[in-house]
Amino acid sequence: MPFLPITYASTSTKILSSWRTSKPVIDYTKCTRCAICWKFCPDVAIDLVVDSSLKSPNEKFSSLEAPSIDYDHCKGCGICETECPFGAIEMVREEE
Amino acid sequence: MPLTIPREEYMEQGHTACAGCGAALSMRYMLKAAGPKTALAIPACCWSVVPGEFPATNLKVPLLYTPFAAAGAAISGLREGLDAQGKEDYNVFAFAGDGGTADIGLQGLSAAMERGHNVIYIMYDNEAYMNTGIQRSGSTPYGAWTTTTPVGMKRDFKKQNKKFVADLMIAQNVPYVATATIGYPEDLERKISIAKSIKGPKFIQILSPCPPGWYHNSADTVKISRLAVESKVFPLYEFKNGKFSLFKPSKTARLTDYLSLQGRFAHLKEDEIKVIEESVNERWSYLLKKEQS
Repeated sequence: MPFLPITYASTSTKILSSWRTSKPVIDYTKCTRCAICWKFCPDVAIDLVVDSSLKSPNEKFSSLEAPSIDYDHCKGCGICETECPFGAIEMVREEE
Repeated sequence: MPLTIPREEYMEQGHTACAGCGAALSMRYMLKAAGPKTALAIPACCWSVVPGEFPATNLKVPLLYTPFAAAGAAISGLREGLDAQGKEDYNVFAFAGDGGTADIGLQGLSAAMERGHNVIYIMYDNEAYMNTGIQRSGSTPYGAWTTTTPVGMKRDFKKQNKKFVADLMIAQNVPYVATATIGYPEDLERKISIAKSIKGPKFIQILSPCPPGWYHNSADTVKISRLAVESKVFPLYEFKNGKFSLFKPSKTARLTDYLSLQGRFAHLKEDEIKVIEESVNERWSYLLKKEQS
């Protein structure tokens, strides 16, 4: 048997957006960048990004890392909506 | 804002766990605290299909699949092999479901703990054999509906109480035993870090709600795990070097708050809820007594 290296391929190239029936949408004017949604995401589908063009409750939040949802991997479970203490995430039904 | 848990991810996107999976969160938190120098053994359980098909995997750590009963034996071998190569800085973890821990894997676990290998055994407790279609396990609580304890014309729900594997491990005098849940990630991270710092066998039980198996809304996974602690159904405790400490939640919830969110308990009548309440209170006072002694 030939000597083969053990291969490694990441699953992050898989697109799982078809699993969803509704998707979370962040209202950045309510988001205080607490990262609780990032903490509780079972699909690691929330990234923390610094983007000053995003809206914020006031300018002291705009330089902080904001959550950004990776819609290729979000399965739409809705944990982020339940856990967000400021009601800044809303689940919106996906269109057919 | 400062993050309360480590930023590094060793679990990637694209895994095949159900939406709102508690076990996926358990793995994510465990690997955050475990770090890159980790070797992982997984017996047959949900997590043996979640990482993806070969050669793709969503875990950035080496992974060994083991037969159902052999997680304890596999981590013992991994540990000794790594030690023989001088890689003592690696941590060896088993990540097993409740079937592979409480029922089928119990002898392997008990033997590995008895031999005293420097390993960490994580039991993610979703309270039934979820991967094969929600069959009852030793860890399923009283009153729960499963496909092998069905509730229809005949009310054949589970009549036995949950087996507490963490209590068994305390009886075996394992150096570090803890229970944790995904609703308290900071506490979970702390417990894994303590386990890493102790030499010898360690055991941690993580309650991981399962939306299809518990029949709850996938959005409530974290909320239910927190309610399990607040309603004293799943007490968080630690056993370290012979000292037992019990976490007393600052906020308490009623038992019915916990039960009413889950479809598997929807059939319960008032007197049956009372039975659960009594056993929960009895266990809580038993643990309180244990803390004082």
